[in-house]
Amino acid sequence: MNKFFKTFFLLELLKGLSVTLRYFFARKITVQFPEEKTPMSPRFRGLHAQRRYANGEERCIACKLCEAVCPAMAITIESEQRDDGTRRTSRYDIDLTKCIFCGFCEEACPVDAIVETHIFEYHGEKRGDLYYTKPMLLAVGDKYEAEIAKNKAADAKYR
Amino acid sequence: MADIRNYTLNFGPQHPAAHGVLRLVLELDGEVVQRADPHIGLLHRGTEKLAESKTYLQSLPYMDRLDYVSMMCNEHAYCLAIEKLTGVDVPLRAQYIRVMFAEITRILNHLLWIGAHSIDIGAMTMFLYAFREREDLMDLYEAVSGARLHAAYFRPGGVYRDLPDTMPQYTASKIKNAREVARLNENRQGTMLDFIEDFTRRFPACIDEYETLLTDNRIWKQRTVGIGVVSPERALQLGFTGPMLRGSGVAWDLRKTQPYDVYAEMDFDIPVGKTGDCYDRYLVRMEEFRQSNRIIAQCVKWLKANPGPVITENHKVAPPSREGMKTNMEELIHHFKLFTEGMHVPEGEVYVGTEHPKGEFGIYMVSDGANKPYRLKIRAPGYAHIAGLDEMARGHMIADVVAIIGTQDIVFGEIDR
Repeated sequence: MNKFFKTFFLLELLKGLSVTLRYFFARKITVQFPEEKTPMSPRFRGLHAQRRYANGEERCIACKLCEAVCPAMAITIESEQRDDGTRRTSRYDIDLTKCIFCGFCEEACPVDAIVETHIFEYHGEKRGDLYYTKPMLLAVGDKYEAEIAKNKAADAKYR
Repeated sequence: MADIRNYTLNFGPQHPAAHGVLRLVLELDGEVVQRADPHIGLLHRGTEKLAESKTYLQSLPYMDRLDYVSMMCNEHAYCLAIEKLTGVDVPLRAQYIRVMFAEITRILNHLLWIGAHSIDIGAMTMFLYAFREREDLMDLYEAVSGARLHAAYFRPGGVYRDLPDTMPQYTASKIKNAREVARLNENRQGTMLDFIEDFTRRFPACIDEYETLLTDNRIWKQRTVGIGVVSPERALQLGFTGPMLRGSGVAWDLRKTQPYDVYAEMDFDIPVGKTGDCYDRYLVRMEEFRQSNRIIAQCVKWLKANPGPVITENHKVAPPSREGMKTNMEELIHHFKLFTEGMHVPEGEVYVGTEHPKGEFGIYMVSDGANKPYRLKIRAPGYAHIAGLDEMARGHMIADVVAIIGTQDIVFGEIDR
């Protein structure tokens, strides 16, 4: 009799519907993306950037550790001696279509030159647009240096 | 009389219920499946071969991409295999962090499974509720590793970084004013462990909600009870593991039978099914939610009380800290050696099986003493499960094939490798 009652009056379906009805009136949790964003940690691994020292000198010394450790072989480096006797890169390319964003380049870099930033909304209209060269990477670094420095400082004690 | 022949239907690889790139050739008699022939290999990336030409560390991010819904569990097996060969000691705190994140990953995996499985069978809203909880766990992934999916967080000898003391916060925007944002950030005020603790307290109510929607629902039962029945003997013969095996009533769980890391310290139960149909496997996974939640709560309690190192001090395996590397010549040399040449693993072979959310995920590794594995074999649980698809689907309707694929929790990243 009880079972018949349950079956006939669709009790379990009504219980399920009450859950959905409750959420119909509940506060919405949707994040309206371009206007608002989900929280992002200082460890976030997004678009790469090349950093400079405070005096404007580029950090990278062409040790090629990132090139060696990159699992996807996305980094290409060529180096030469500059007129002032220091060793710098003459070419530093990251193919973002190959990159798997593992963050090993940042881990390997002994001078904190190559970093992964919080930027994830970059795009390219052609495949070639995602082949980042040294000036492009330095430009990203210059533009977002304040945020990069803040994030790296926040995470420094864990590394 | 006309000659009636069986009809052959290609199910997938573009079918939304094919869970990725499964191509299933179905031989049908009317609407009844006579033979189901899964064709695999459309997502083959050659991970095993690739690992032979990469150092041990370099292969680690590729482990994430095997079963791409339970990333850290794949890394776990890989790191355990290397640790077993090198004999390196893992700090206790790192073991607890790894167990905690392995269980978070199990919840992540089962949440995606319940969402996808129920949407396949026709329960639309489950997907939305499952993804609401997934979002919190994804935030944990990001806070700890920097990536929401492909974490590369577990390392041979421990984990890369300690858990952060703060959780990332929502910021005010055009849509949400400061008061609403403060409400959203309420449980993000403390450390990351506080946030996880808050989650473990909230989550049981969410599971109850899922069960209200599905467990007694007559449509859900009609679609799952008695579908894809596997007897315990047959499940063992087919090499089923994980919830597929436990759903048939075999209490086999590597976390209990061959405990790794600190699973031996954990207090949890193994849920088993009775009949071995889709409904029982659903119930097993629902109970695994609760058990994983219990394990996470225990880990949080321990981790809060016991700070300490999270990666081994052996610099032949794990790189030194940034500060040490920048101030100490010897550590700088270790750093350079590790990131170019990589670690050397002693000659030998090893097999490590772990209780992955989908079953037994194993890494078989042969080392010839070099800085790269001589051979890496991955034992993917889904491969054995999909081999049993034909047997499970035979005699059922086309629509039940969808339920069976769903209950097997197939992910092609690991099957095709």
